Parts: sequence; structure tokens; C-alpha cells
Amino acid sequence: MIGIVDCNSCYASCEQIFRPELRNKPVVVLSNNDGFVIARSKEAKALGIGELQAFFKIEGLLRKHKVTIFSSNYPLYGDISNRVMTTLNTFSPSVEVYSIDEMFLDLTGIQEPMNSYGQRIKKTVWQHIRMPVCVGVAPSKTLAKLANKAAKTYDHCEGVCVLEEPYQWQWLQKRMPVNKVWGIGSKLTKRLAGLNIHTAYDLSRASPKAMRRHMSINIERTIEELNGHPCIPFEEQPPAKKQIYCSRSFGERISTLAPLLQAISTYASRATEKLRKQKCLVISIHVFLHTSPHESNYYSNAIAVKLPYPTDDTTVVIDAARQAITYLYRDGLRFQKVGIGLIEIKPKKQLQFDLFHAGQSKKRDQLMTVLDSINSRYGKGALHIAASGGTKKWAMRQQYLSPAYTTRWTDLPVIHS
Amino acid sequence: MHIQYKNKLNTLFMKYRSMKYPSMTYPLYNQFISAAGFESPADDYLEARLSLDELLITHPAATHMVWASGNCQQPRGIFHKDLLIVNRALEPRHGDMVVAHIDGQLTCKRLDIKNRRLISSNPSYPSIDIRDGQDVSIEGVIPFSVRGHRGWP
Repeated sequence: MIGIVDCNSCYASCEQIFRPELRNKPVVVLSNNDGFVIARSKEAKALGIGELQAFFKIEGLLRKHKVTIFSSNYPLYGDISNRVMTTLNTFSPSVEVYSIDEMFLDLTGIQEPMNSYGQRIKKTVWQHIRMPVCVGVAPSKTLAKLANKAAKTYDHCEGVCVLEEPYQWQWLQKRMPVNKVWGIGSKLTKRLAGLNIHTAYDLSRASPKAMRRHMSINIERTIEELNGHPCIPFEEQPPAKKQIYCSRSFGERISTLAPLLQAISTYASRATEKLRKQKCLVISIHVFLHTSPHESNYYSNAIAVKLPYPTDDTTVVIDAARQAITYLYRDGLRFQKVGIGLIEIKPKKQLQFDLFHAGQSKKRDQLMTVLDSINSRYGKGALHIAASGGTKKWAMRQQYLSPAYTTRWTDLPVIHS
Repeated sequence: MHIQYKNKLNTLFMKYRSMKYPSMTYPLYNQFISAAGFESPADDYLEARLSLDELLITHPAATHMVWASGNCQQPRGIFHKDLLIVNRALEPRHGDMVVAHIDGQLTCKRLDIKNRRLISSNPSYPSIDIRDGQDVSIEGVIPFSVRGHRGWP
């Protein structure tokens, strides 16, 4: 059996952990730059606040209902997610972190009845971390996701839904529109509607082989999984990313070159840091920038740059990215966003040497190792390349940021005794 | 030979550096750096350094830290600006020092399960009787507190 544990309104719940007075109250979390609502507590959803609504449009509504507002605090969410994962490891030898708020558990060989096991997982995660979760258990990942939806939807499940027998999942599939099935997006939903497939049950009855010829191997897998035959393997090690992107919208519009260069240098260092973490080298980068599409004379441009040699050296990537931005920049425009993507990546181990270039020197390797270890010890950005600048006027708007309760000494909660 | 020892020292530090929580380490055995040419007789007996985390944080995923403020638990040994280790995995017992959430406030009290009370150890502060229907939760047990006798860095 496979279980999936999903944190309820993950970011909003993280904000409630160290603010118990906010439990059972409406709470929303805004995206980077305080642009959109990206998480809502149950009570906030009940007020009719929709997913991804623009903050400035609903600010009045939020104030009227005394909703507590937070800017996103990723150091906190990352740490809490890590704690959830560690705790789940005591329930299963293999845990796959599918996303920051969803984890698959291999429950093969557990003797305890699945329902009580699921309840125990839910209770423990709440007691140890104060994170509310829902648990779905079924023979395949796709069915487990479906079970998790049911656990969220039907109150009498009490947060845990186990699908062991075909009659159980078929009952549910008949009530589940096909677009709620894991891996079925909006495009696919339209094509399936043309074939008269509307519910998850309709899809499960389709012929896997015929659908594979019609569409892709993925749909064949999904159909098999919907019938309780696991096809999607467990991945404890997340696969290395094939591309790494780093970009942000600015807190205010930028109309000169210098801050753009600073911003692209910062994003280039961040992307290269991620690159080194997954032990890869980059060969080509993609640099882009644009003005606001809502303003007149909208300008958007991008360029791909091939680096002199495969590298994970921050300074080389920054240098290329700065040249690219200088090339793309136009005077007299108000820029909203710049970003960089490392688009051609190779594992460091599989590097082919160039006949005419020695490649990255050992010295640079060592320099980058030192850079990373200093930053992991003294905090992000403790040591950075000067090109990314000191004071950041263009940095994100984070007006409602909560403290980093678990990752910074100065931010620990203070308790009156 | 010296370089070999130095590398060992480095790997030892690297190990600690890569740990999740910043840990303070004290040398259990510190002789092996001094040897300049001769192999240290202690080499075969090296053990990992003691870590305070191991001692104080028995459930890393369920433990967080808070600063204490005020002096109402002073007779029980918790002073202003002490560092409190809060463990949510421990089942609260009678007499435990706990972090409690009472009517929207987080506070540090001693748990009196028999009389359903949260006790302030300092007589000049009131203890709190838990009434039915009152919004009270125990947010964690404080198994340890740490004092900086020279203040904190």
C-alpha cells in the first residue's frame, strides 16, 4: 500500500504554529512580492477568498473580516516541511518528498489496520509539529491522491481515507470529475470529454492500450493506476532538475541599468548555488527581461548564451548574465522582471573534456566549495559576489513577513513567564 | 603525517557543520593535532565529540527553542533571557514546566494536573485555575533550560 500525507493549507498552517491564537481564524499568505493570495486557512476559504486573487483587489475584504495577512516566509515553510518529513520517516522506511507539502509513504508490510495507522500518523504530526494533515492510502499513487482528496472533502473520514477494495475506489471515482485525477490537466480533460470520458470512473473503464495509441504512455499508466495496479515508481531521491530558473518581479519598476545588473547577478548566484547542490555544470544560460504587460509600449526580450566552458562557477555565470542584460536593456523603459535560466545542464561526473580548453580549474572548484560552506554556516548571502550589490532597493516587497522562528537565533519566539 | 591528521580534524568539523542544528562541540580528546611526525597513540581510540544537541534535543523534529522573558518562574530556576528547549513529543506530566497557550497568550508555567492549575512559581504572580470551556492548550514540555552566565553573544 502507498500512503500520501498532505499538509492542509500548508503555508497558512505554518504561520499558525507559533501563533496559536490564530488557529481556527482566517489567515492568508501572499506570494513573493505580496502579489497574490497563495494560501488560505479553512476559515479564509469560507469567507469566499479565492486562490490566486490579486492582493490589492481584495485588501478591503481582508481588512473587513480581520483576516491576518502574511508575506511568504520560505525559510519557515522549508524547515517545517523538513520536520514533517523526518517525523514521517518514523512511520515508513521510504518517504518520497513530492512537494513542500506532499509526501508519499511506502506502507508495504505494515501489519496495523491502515485506517488506525493513518490516524496515528495524523495525530503524531499534529502533536509534534502542530501541522494539520490529511492521509490517503491505496494500492497506487494515483489512487492514494484520490483517497487524499476524499479525506479532505468528506468530514466523516476525519482526515484519513483508505481505499483497499475495488468497490471502495469505484464508488469514489464515480463522484470525481476526471480533471481531479493526478496528472490529468485541463487540455487532457477537454480531449477526454470528446471521448465521452467525464469522471475518474469513465477513465478507469477505458482501454489502456487504445488510449496509449490515442494519447501517450502516461494516460495508460494513469488508467492502470486507477484500477489499483501501481505503475508510477517510488522516487526517494528527487530526480536532478533538467533546468534551473530564478527570477522575480521587482518591488518597484526599474528604469536604469545598474539595479538590473545587480538583480540578475543575485539570481545568477542563486541559480548557480542550486546547480552545485545537484552536482551539475551549466553549458548554456537563458536571460530574459520584460516591462509590465499592463502598461503601454510593452517590451519583452530574451537571449540564450553559451558559456566558454561547462562550469558551476558563480563568477562566470554572473559575467555572462550581465553581458546579456546589457545587450537586452533599452533606455527609457520601466522594467518589471528579469530572470535567468540555466537551460543546458550536465552532471559533473559525465563531463566530456574539451580538446582546446582545460575547463574549470581546481582552484575555482575549491573557491565555490568555500563559498557554499561559508553561506551554509553563516546564513544565505553572508558571502556574496560584489556584483549582486549591497542595499537592494529593487528587492521584494514583504510587508507582512513573520519571523524565521526556527532558523534564526534573533527570531526565536519570546515567552513571558 | 601531519597533513593526514589535519584532514581528519577537518572531516570531523565538516560533519558537525553539515548537521541541521548549529551545535556546540567540546573536545573529548584533543591530543592528535600536536604530533609533528609521530603517529598519535590516541589515533585508534578517537571517538566523535559530544554534542549538546544529542543531550538536550531528543526529538529534533518536534523541538524548538524560545527565549524566556520575565521572572515569574525564577524560584524554579528560569530567569529572564534564558533559552528554553520546548519539546512537543513528550507527554506532559504532573509537575512539568510547560509552554501553555491561555486565551491568546503564550506563557511558561508549571503544570499541576491534579488540581487543574498552571502555577507561577514566584508568589507575587497569580497561578491560573483552568475552568471548563477555557481556551487552554499545552504547546510543549520544557525538559531543559539554558542560561548564559555572561549573557548571550
